[in-house]
Amino acid sequence: MKKGKARSVFIGVCVLPAVILFFIFMIIPTLNVFRMSLYKWGGISNNKEFVGLSNFKTLMGDTNFLRSFQNTVLLIVIVTIVTMALSLIFAAIISREKIKGENFYRIIFYIPNILSVVVISAIFSAIYDPNQGLLNSILGIFRGDKDPILWLGDKNIVVYSLIIAMIWQAIGYYMVMYMASMASVPESLYESADLEGAGKVQQFFSITLPLIWTNIRTTLSFFVISSINLSFQFVKVLTRGGPNGASDVFLSYMYDQAYTNSSYGYGMAIGVIVFLFSFGLSAIINVATKREPLEF
Amino acid sequence: MKKKKELSLNTLYRIFVYVVLIALAISIIVPVGWVFLASIKENSEFYGTNPWSLPKGFYIQNFIDAFEKAKMGDYLLNSVKITVMALIILLVVALPAAYVLARYRFRCSKLLNILFMGGLFINVNYIVVPIFLMLSDGDKFVKQITGSGFFLNNSFITALVYASTALPFTIYLLSGFFVTIPRDYEEAAHVDGAGYFRTMIQIMMPMALPSIITVILFNFLSFWNEYIIAMTLLTKDESKTLPVGLMQLTQAQRAAANYGRLYAGLVVVMLPTLILYILVQKKLTQGMSLGGLKG
Repeated sequence: MKKGKARSVFIGVCVLPAVILFFIFMIIPTLNVFRMSLYKWGGISNNKEFVGLSNFKTLMGDTNFLRSFQNTVLLIVIVTIVTMALSLIFAAIISREKIKGENFYRIIFYIPNILSVVVISAIFSAIYDPNQGLLNSILGIFRGDKDPILWLGDKNIVVYSLIIAMIWQAIGYYMVMYMASMASVPESLYESADLEGAGKVQQFFSITLPLIWTNIRTTLSFFVISSINLSFQFVKVLTRGGPNGASDVFLSYMYDQAYTNSSYGYGMAIGVIVFLFSFGLSAIINVATKREPLEF
Repeated sequence: MKKKKELSLNTLYRIFVYVVLIALAISIIVPVGWVFLASIKENSEFYGTNPWSLPKGFYIQNFIDAFEKAKMGDYLLNSVKITVMALIILLVVALPAAYVLARYRFRCSKLLNILFMGGLFINVNYIVVPIFLMLSDGDKFVKQITGSGFFLNNSFITALVYASTALPFTIYLLSGFFVTIPRDYEEAAHVDGAGYFRTMIQIMMPMALPSIITVILFNFLSFWNEYIIAMTLLTKDESKTLPVGLMQLTQAQRAAANYGRLYAGLVVVMLPTLILYILVQKKLTQGMSLGGLKG
């Protein structure tokens, strides 16, 4: 009996602090996002009025929101496809070919991942600067000095400038991750494929990809979710939604509505949509990428 | 003959591979290196001249300006303070929880495991506004009693929020390790008369050291680089952190075009993470296969 009590005390002391912090700073705020989305909640006067789903109705007709929706989807699709494809190919090349200085590349490619998004954004500001920028000065060699390209100032280009920065940031991390899982694919499979005359490309598609598929699946869902968040962090520093809202994404629009504009209820309604959207998306990815797991 | 042709095709392919790899490496090294060079350039060197020109000398005034005029020195101290506090809180809270959740079955242990797993999907960017409102409500309440706010602009509270939002990932990673330890260790400790707490602290924690180091590394990077929470919860100038200060510098640069100071600030933010990375890069890239994901 005494032993049972000591055990309970031990469990309680160990688990309770974590549970309490987790509830206060994660569960309750998450529930609040949903609750607040049903209120019309102005900032300074701080009067809350229950309005049901009316925030969501307004959202559907809000062209700024729809544009941020479009930008987010565009970003997710391009950044995911390009980053996944390139990091898989690079990982396969580095781990399959006997590359000299493999470790050097691994170290260098991972660097963007340890830098703060603020730092990366500042670096890309220097690259994209229309007059003193690194990119325009290189391009200037080919196209002369005539009208510099406004990488962050042109509403048709700005999203792609963001996409490049995001791919630059993410590629090394996923490459190192895939290299780790490719290392567990047994060498003998490639040897027998070599004997049967399968080319490198064929080996990549019929040995490497299927065998690390589980890993690709998990990273894919997390990558999509983290792109939604990262795009927000990049937009916040690199473009601040500009020019004129052209580069706003989901969460930057939410943050501006809620924090800067003090329409908390409206902002949180956007939060709910983003929440459902990312859950839905990862569910779809989960189903769409389901394969029979292969053993080796 | 055919053999020779195959061989040259193979060499061509290898050259192509090296060219692509080197190009990617350059695309990373050059911008980062450029910032270091730009940080010692005089402001006049940014105008009209080629951005690729090398600095004329070592213009250390940029760093002095960044530290004194742009207050990066104060922000640096704040960042160190918050990061260290958050790491300590996180370890003290997450280690015992991860250990118990991984190795003990009790009422609602299953539910708690599921909840913390679900927490992996909650991202701070959604919930930062409700957290801000909660703390500002708390401030309003405290103000009635003491006359001044407590929760916002408080580095300890910010560290607490950092630690809390890092809990799911940290517990997930640590439990993953604790599950793998054989039961024999605890049974042996029990036979020797060690209590629950002693078993955990003296037997289990030392074994978990490699995982603990991985946890510290990943969370150090995310706390040090974090700015969305910091920007929202720390609005007073004296409590801001480095990334938020850097953000101000980028915005000030747009207005006043003070380049040198901005790049000096960038170096101040980057350097600690780069040094740490060079020291422990093996550990970090190995740890990734442990975690397999990040928040």
